[in-house]
Order: sequence, then structure tokens, then C-alpha cells
Amino acid sequence: MQMPAPDARIMERRAQVASRLRAVLSPGAVIDDPVATRAYECDALTAYKCPPLAVVLPSSTQEVAAALRVCHEEGVPVVPRGSGTSLAGGALPTADSVVLGVARLNRVLETSPEDRFIRVEAGRTNLSVTGAVEGLGFFYAPDPSSQLACAIAGNVAMNSGGAHCLKYGVTTNNLLGVTLVTMEGEVLEIGGAHMDPAGLDLLGAICGSEGQLGVVTEATLRILPKPEGAMPVLVGFDDPVTAGACVSGIIEAGVLPVAIEFMDRPCIRATEAFAGAGYPDCEALLIVEVEGSEGEIEEQLGAIEAVARRHDPVELRRAKTPEEAAAIWLGRKSAFGAMGQLGDYMCLDGTIPVSELPRVLGRIEALSREYGLEVANVFHAGDGNMHPLILFDANADGQLERCEALGAEILRLCVEVGGCLTGEHGVGVEKRDLMGVQFGEGDLEMQMRVKDVFDPGWLLNPAKVFPLGASEGRRA
Amino acid sequence: MTRPATEDELAEAIRGANGPLRVVGGGTRGMAPGGEPLETGALSGVTLHEPGALTLVAQAGTPLAVVNETLREAGQCLPFEPMDHRPLLGTAGEPTIGGVVGGGVSGPRRVRAGACRDALIGVRLVTGEGRAVKSGGRVMKNVTGYDLAKLACGARGTLGVLTEVAFKVLPLPADMRTLAREVRGAPEAAALMSRALASPYEVTGAAWDGARVLLRVEGLEGSVAYRAGKLGDLVEAEPLAEDPWAAVRDAKAVAGAGDLWRVHVRPSDAPAVLDRVPHERALLDWGGGLVWLRTAPGTDVRALMGVPGHATCLRGAAPPLHPPAAGIAALEEGLRRRFDPRGLFRGGPLRREGPGAARAMAAP
Ligand SMILES: Cc1cc2nc3c(=O)[nH]c(=O)nc-3n(C[C@H](O)[C@H](O)[C@H](O)COP(=O)(O)OP(=O)(O)OC[C@H]3O[C@@H](n4cnc5c(N)ncnc54)[C@H](O)[C@@H]3O)c2cc1C
Ligand SMILES: Cc1cc2nc3c(=O)[nH]c(=O)nc-3n(C[C@H](O)[C@H](O)[C@H](O)COP(=O)(O)OP(=O)(O)OC[C@H]3O[C@@H](n4cnc5c(N)ncnc54)[C@H](O)[C@@H]3O)c2cc1C
Repeated sequence: MQMPAPDARIMERRAQVASRLRAVLSPGAVIDDPVATRAYECDALTAYKCPPLAVVLPSSTQEVAAALRVCHEEGVPVVPRGSGTSLAGGALPTADSVVLGVARLNRVLETSPEDRFIRVEAGRTNLSVTGAVEGLGFFYAPDPSSQLACAIAGNVAMNSGGAHCLKYGVTTNNLLGVTLVTMEGEVLEIGGAHMDPAGLDLLGAICGSEGQLGVVTEATLRILPKPEGAMPVLVGFDDPVTAGACVSGIIEAGVLPVAIEFMDRPCIRATEAFAGAGYPDCEALLIVEVEGSEGEIEEQLGAIEAVARRHDPVELRRAKTPEEAAAIWLGRKSAFGAMGQLGDYMCLDGTIPVSELPRVLGRIEALSREYGLEVANVFHAGDGNMHPLILFDANADGQLERCEALGAEILRLCVEVGGCLTGEHGVGVEKRDLMGVQFGEGDLEMQMRVKDVFDPGWLLNPAKVFPLGASEGRRA
Repeated sequence: MTRPATEDELAEAIRGANGPLRVVGGGTRGMAPGGEPLETGALSGVTLHEPGALTLVAQAGTPLAVVNETLREAGQCLPFEPMDHRPLLGTAGEPTIGGVVGGGVSGPRRVRAGACRDALIGVRLVTGEGRAVKSGGRVMKNVTGYDLAKLACGARGTLGVLTEVAFKVLPLPADMRTLAREVRGAPEAAALMSRALASPYEVTGAAWDGARVLLRVEGLEGSVAYRAGKLGDLVEAEPLAEDPWAAVRDAKAVAGAGDLWRVHVRPSDAPAVLDRVPHERALLDWGGGLVWLRTAPGTDVRALMGVPGHATCLRGAAPPLHPPAAGIAALEEGLRRRFDPRGLFRGGPLRREGPGAARAMAAP
């Protein structure tokens, strides 16, 4: 992975840029000590690191605007940052860039149970949004596994999803409005507490734009009444293809579960060794969760079990108590931790049409043998968002490169069968150079023109999303 | 009149055009702006329907009725319940799925299941330079690149001509029940709808027609019986035998002569709008978030409403769309210029400058 060479003329002006930033921000909001900036050298894609020129941590929208005006005048690239949990390198700095972190913007601004929204500052963590409305009987639906740490800012920028999005949608479906600061320092209110825009759906373009169109400082989020209850059923199969067919069967039966999660044998074995959730030793399992009152849960799980039985399950285990429910989720929730115990891993995020599941699982197995690297599968099966985990040893010569090559093959496969490179983690730097697999030149040109409109100088997170060759003339 | 049968023919027609074009799907959604008609009706057909993956892909000129029927046969539906504008606007023709997306049209279920833009997972469109572009795809989780589908949805054809649209669909509810309660005052109606929508009973429709609050629950049979019972107790509403939702969706309550407005506000602000804007008939949908108004000709709803939000004029002398704030207007203008440098598609309702403006515009 290449990053553009840092601009030496900017690097020389580090002290000047930092002092201009200090002049417009509260004390302690500018970090330019080379040791201290190292805390911001990467996000959760730790294979790539680079300390920035400086870091700013503004505490208000006005401070964000002031910092951006300085960077704009100085011609310094800006990398927006929430909590730095991106798995795609979205928050990876370059040596000539200023990282603008919104972590200090974390207040709740307004809570409206009657109109079912909450307005928060964008640095607030995902889980603490639900925390702020739980007492009122509400929750915020998008629930990335990183929800304890990740910020709404990052969620909006990546259009993040979670386990429950089959029923509730992803971030873009739960976002009503944002305060956006442009690279020039202009503060814009886009959307609000009402539904649907007056003109063009700018909010829809901003969500998922990976910090390239503006800095989000506030967000109005839709909140939903908490369901009366929820219960999962675990279904084990002696081959993954049948498990895949069962997923389609459930959906066709007219039931819409909140989640359908899939794990294959390598993943089941690893989580059993790690967490001991008591899963059956089988080739694949599904965890299907439904919501409602006791009677409603009974009705839905009954329908789901009827479908499952037609697919000869080796195990069908319905949770009857909260403890049993927790036991069913335990293995799934510890899957990533368990894989971490086995060594280094790379987590892919391609989406495929659900009907292609059997074929794609078979091809991944063959590729895994060909490359000599083990692949475990754990993913949101209801919406086809796969998470193949490639296991490798970062210290062994050439293994990272082999792993990246295998990852690229798997993502090409996802696109080939009608899917996409990334379902929820974003493009960042990780999938940037594969964009040509999914999009033609004209498609990318129109996306880049959108950036031209919001950020004509291409100073915001410029080296992400688009292949460097494609964006070269614009980044100049 | 041009009626291309393939995306290539369409692109060629656009490249060869030397004046404004008017994209016509079914021509059902209101008055026709100027320009040479460009009909999408020959770009027709459902190209893919995969019930097990909850996805449907159709060419943009496909009649909405064909899309609905294809889905119904598999026990599925479009989640966002698009309205039929014909009864209200007195238009004729066959509404197309491209027109639904172009207009960003969503009905009562929007309050629970999301809008047209939420169900739209991919588009193909041809820009004003005759360039065929795709965004999104046929899978429901996709964050690869910018979401141009959202921009095209509701753009009323000003960014380009859609050739193909892909949706996430939903199971058709096995059962449905409506509860009704007589309510005379808007504040009381808004509060009641808000209470229902804050309950865990998954209300999929909440409307007030000036006399009754109407609430809908949908889903599996046992579940619907249970939730209707609980909800009835909570808001003291009675089961209604008839199905009022097509009438709510098509805003039947405000049909008739006069100006027609759709006002989008924070739901609890709806009573204030009704209070401040003199009107002949009104209908609240989306729990109050959508206010339909029929007013005397010339009523300036935007000047009178006095709360944040926006108002679309469907019939009347006022400009159709609410003028945006300056910063937003500049972004919208920039986007339209980059998608349609020659201003071919700007004869439509998004136009805000004089007729000559399109031709005078410079390329980006
Ligand atoms: C263990 C683990 C599990 C995860 N599970 C999931 C999951 O289930 N689903 C999922 O979708 N993701 C998941 N992720 C990925 C990650 O958590 C999400 O992408 C998250 O939204 C990133 O949020 P953040 O605040 O950490 O953003 P950062 O990593 O700080 O930044 C992410 C991107 O957002 C941009 N950005 C940040 N702040 C702003 C702002 N104020 N304005 C504009 N742009 C901004 C950045 O420039 C960058 O491009 C997981 C990550 C980890 C480490
Ligand atoms: C004052 C006013 C306000 C309006 N407000 C609304 C509103 O709030 N909601 C609403 O739904 N409509 C609204 N419209 C209606 C509609 O946008 C225009 O009247 C349109 O010009 C009518 O187009 P049509 O007759 O072809 O209808 P349809 O064929 O039904 O098309 C509807 C819209 O989508 C566009 N369109 C159709 N096919 C395509 C395609 N393949 N690709 C791209 N765009 C396409 C059309 O240009 C049109 O703007 C309004 C119209 C007016 C005049």
C-alpha cells in the first residue's frame, strides 16, 4: 500500500502551523510533540502507521471551523478522527497532515422521546447514545461490535452497521441530520428533526463519505422504542451449504429476524477453545434472533424452526431463559477475540447476494488451500455481509503480502458474484486500490466530482477511497 | 419525443440533445415543465427478483404496478408504500418505478420502515454528458464508494436519467389491523400518535384525518392480535373494520380545488403549522411529521409555518421546492453542474432561475 509522499514545504512549516492553530483553539488542544503525536499514528488497521504533523482536539463546532480555516489557508491536509477504530485505515494520517479529533465533542444536546430523536455531538461513543435514552425506553439501533469505543462521527463517516441491521438498517437509515463544517470552515446544517430533505439528499451523500466531504460535529439520530424482549435460536448443520440455504428459506418464509449470524467450523472450534460456549461440533451454525413479547417470540421462532427442520439440522437449540440466550451469543461475541488467540488475522468485509453463499464459501475454501492460509468465516448472513478472517503470522517472511493477496482474491470474488468490496468497514486505504474492480472510470469520476463540490482543494482525507492514480490530478 | 429502448440509446439521445429535456416516466406526478419529452417507458422490466435475498432490480421505466405485482406473487412488497398521485392531482398515465425514485415518494409506512431512499440499494443513471454511471448494487449492505443513489433519489431527474433501480424489499405483512379514535384537536392528535409510536408495538402507520387518529399494526397473525390489543388499551382506540391506508397514502382527505402542499416538520410541530397556516383541509401522516394542506390559492405556507422544516408545493403558483439556505444551495448547484453541465435536465421542478439560465451556464 502506497501513500503520497509528504509535502516537504508543509513539513518545514510545522511550528508555524501549530502556533496558528494554538492561537484559535483552547489551551491544550494542539499536540505537535513528535512523541505525543504517535498516539495518533494509526487506527485499528495497525499494519500501517505514520505520525501526523500535528493533532488538534477542538471542543466546539466553532473551534473545528477555526482550525479548518487555518489548515485551509496553510494548504495542510486534514484527517478527521473519531475514536480511531476504523478497520480500513480511514483515520491513517500522512506526515504532512493535521489529525482533527472530535473526541472532546461528546455532549448530548437534545433528547426528544416525543419526536423520537436525540441530537449529540459527534465525538460521543455509539453505546453511550443508547445509554442516554435507555431510561426513556428507547435505543439507538446501529450497533457495531466496536460500539463501546467507536464514535458517532466515525459511524456516520463509514455508514457503519451492526448485528441488528437486517431489521433496523445501518447508520444512514437512522440519521436525520448533521452539522457539517467544510474545509473552508463554513458551518452547514444538513437535515434536522424532520424527515426527508427539501432538495437534494446531501445527508445521504455525506453518510459513508469517509471524512472526505466535511467534518461532522453534531448528529441528529433516530431512536426507537425498546422491544419487549428478544430470544435467539441456534441451529447446527453438517455442511455450510445447507446452512446457507436455510438462511434464504427463513427470509422467504416471511419472518424478518433482527439478526441471522453464521459461523463455520474453524470459527466454531476457535471460539469453543476460547470461550467454551458449548456449541455443537459441526460444520456450520446459525444464530437467529427475534424480538417481541413472549407470544410473538414463540410465533416467530416456531416459523423459523419449521424452516430449519426441513434442512436436517444436527442441532436445534432454542434459548428459554436470558442465561441460555447469553450462552448462545457468547461464542459469537467472542469470535474475534478467539481468532486473535490463534495469531494475527485480517478481517475482510465483502457483501454477496445471499443466494451465492454456498458457491462463495466453496471458493474461499479452495483459495485458502491454494494460498496455504487458514480462513474462518463469521458473518451477518441475513444481509450477505461476510467477514472472512484470514489467519497469518505477521512476523513470518512474506505472510502479510500473501494474506493481502488472498484477501484481494476473495474481494474480487465477492464483486464477481454481484456483491461489493465492503459492506460496513469502508474503503479507507485498505480497499482503495481495488475500487477499479467494482467501478469503472466514469463511476469513480462522478464520485470524485462530488468531492470536488464539497472540498475543491482536495485537502480532506485526500489519499483515501480513490486509487491514487485516479485522484492524482485533483490532489496536486 | 424520444423513447430509447436501451441505456446506450438513451445515452446517445442525451449526447445528441441540443436543448432542455423533460424526463417522463408515467407523467403522473403533476404538471409538465418545459423541454423535449424523453420517455423512459421502453426501458421496462424486472431484471432480477430474489425473494430469499429480499432484493428486486428493475429497469426505471417499469410500471409500478408490475413491480408491486411481481413482489406480491412472492409474498413481498416495497417497504415504503409509494403513493399514487393520480387521484389527488387528477393526472392520468402509468406510474413508473423510476418516477417513484425520481420523486423520492414514500407513504405511511415510512414512519417505521424508512423512505424510498432507505430501500434503494443501487442505481444506474445516465448523466447530462451521456455518461452511464452506477452506484451501489444489488446487496443491502454496501459502503463501497459514495452513495450516489441517495443523491439521485428525489432529485426529480435533475442529476440524470435513471435506467435501473435496485431495492431491498420486505415480506408482505401476513395480517394488518387498524385502530381508530375520534380526536378533534391537532395537539391532542399529535400527542396520541407520539405515544403510540413510542410504544414497543411497532406501529407502521400513524395518521390524523381531522376527525380520527388512525394507527396500524402489521405482521404475523398472533403478533398483530397481541399488539393491536395492547395498543388499543394504551391509547384507548377501537379496531376499525375498513382499511383506510390507501386513502391516507394518496392524501384523499385534501383532494379538491385549491393549492396543495406537503409540509415536513418535526412531528410535535405539526399542530403549530395547522394553527398558523390558514387552510381548507389538512391531513397528518408520519405521526405528524408530514402535514398535507389544501389552502386557498396564493397562500404562502413557507412564510407562515414558523417552525423548522420545509414545504413542497404540489399545485399552486409558488415555486415547487422550498428554497434552501445559501450554503446548501451552493452545494446543490455545484452538484447539478457536475452531473449535468449543459443544464439539459433543469427544466423540471428543481429549477429556480429563468428559462435562459440553463443554456447560459458554464461547464465545471
Ligand atoms: C473490534 C472491532 C469491531 C468492529 N465492528 C464493526 C461492526 O460490527 N460494524 C461496523 O460497521 N464497523 C465495525 N468496526 C469498524 C469501526 O469501529 C467503524 O468503522 C467505526 O464507525 C469507526 O468509528 P471511529 O469513531 O473509531 O472512527 P475513526 O476510526 O476515527 O475514523 C473512521 C473514518 O471516519 C472519518 N471521521 C472520523 N471522524 C469524523 C468526523 N468528525 N467528520 C468526518 N469524518 C470523520 C475518518 O476520517 C475515517 O475515515 C469494528 C472495529 C473494531 C476495531
Ligand atoms: C409544484 C410541484 C411539486 C412537486 N412535488 C413533488 C413531490 O413532492 N413528490 C413527488 O413525488 N413529485 C412531486 N412533483 C412531481 C414531479 O416531480 C414533476 O411534476 C415531474 O415533472 C412529473 O414527471 P412525470 O410526469 O414524468 O412523472 P413521473 O414519471 O411520475 O416522474 C416523477 C419524477 O421523477 C422523474 N423521473 C421519472 N423517470 C425518471 C428516470 N428514469 N430517471 C430520473 N428521473 C425520472 C421525473 O422527471 C419527475 O421529476 C412535483 C411537481 C410539481 C410541479
